Amino acid sequence: MKRRRDVFQAIADPTRRAILLLLVTSPSMTAGSIAANFDTARPTVSKHLQILTECQLLEQRQSGREIFYQVNAKKMKEIDSFIEPFRVMWDDRFNRLEAIMKQYKHSK
Amino acid sequence: MEIKTKVHAEEGQHDLLITRQFDLPVALLFKAYAEAEFLAQWMGTTVLALESRKHGSYLLETKDKDGKVAFRANGVFHNFVPDEKICRTFEMEGSGSGVQLEIYDFEPLTDSTSKLTMHVIYESVAQRDQVLKLPFTQGINWAHNRLQEIMEKT
Repeated sequence: MKRRRDVFQAIADPTRRAILLLLVTSPSMTAGSIAANFDTARPTVSKHLQILTECQLLEQRQSGREIFYQVNAKKMKEIDSFIEPFRVMWDDRFNRLEAIMKQYKHSK
Repeated sequence: MEIKTKVHAEEGQHDLLITRQFDLPVALLFKAYAEAEFLAQWMGTTVLALESRKHGSYLLETKDKDGKVAFRANGVFHNFVPDEKICRTFEMEGSGSGVQLEIYDFEPLTDSTSKLTMHVIYESVAQRDQVLKLPFTQGINWAHNRLQEIMEKT
C-alpha cells in the first residue's frame, strides 16, 4: 500500500509552503500559472502540486480543458492547530543534545 | 525515521507533556541540563548565569548577527535533584507568553538509555497555545519572505 501523505510532510518543504501561500492570495490557478512564479522546473512544481493534492491541502477543479488548483480551506484550518512544528523543534533540540553528550562521553 | 519525541497537548488545557527517550545514561542526560557548557551547545544560546541548585537562578541570551538581543529567558530552580528531577520556572522576556512552570523527570531505562518527561504548565490556555503555534508561525513567515523574494525576482 502506498504510504499516506501527511500534511506535515507537505508543509515541511519551502516550495510547497510558497505554493500554498500563493494560492491563498490568488484563490484559483492552473499548474502553468503556478509554475510561472517559480524558478523551479515545471515537472518539479507538478510533483509538489501532486503531493499537496494527495494530502488534500489542495483541490483540483476542472474547467473546460483546464485544471485549476485551489486551497482546501477545511484542511488548511487543521494546520492552524498544528503542534507538529513544535514537536519537530524539540526533536531537533533533543537530537542535538544526544549527539553532543555522546561525543563528550567518547572524548572522556 | 522513528519518532523519538512526543508532545501531548490536550485541547483546552493549559499544560503539555513532552517525552523523549535518549540513547544516553541518565547522568549524561542530566549533565546536559545542569552544566552551562552543554546547555549552551544544545540550546544554541549563551548561558549568562546557571546556578544549578535549589533556589538558584539562570539567564539565557541569544544575539543576532548584528549584536541585537534576539532571545532572552530567565527563571529559578524550585527543586534540583541530580539525575532525577528539576522543577524550574521559565520566562521568555518580552514575548507576552508569561511564566511557565517546567517539571523535568529524568529516569534511567538501562545503563545506557534514559527517558525525559517534561511537564510544562502555562498561565493560561491562550498562552500555551501561543507557544505551541510559534514554530509553525515562524515557518509560515519564513515561507512568506521566501515567496516575496521569488516575486521580486520575476
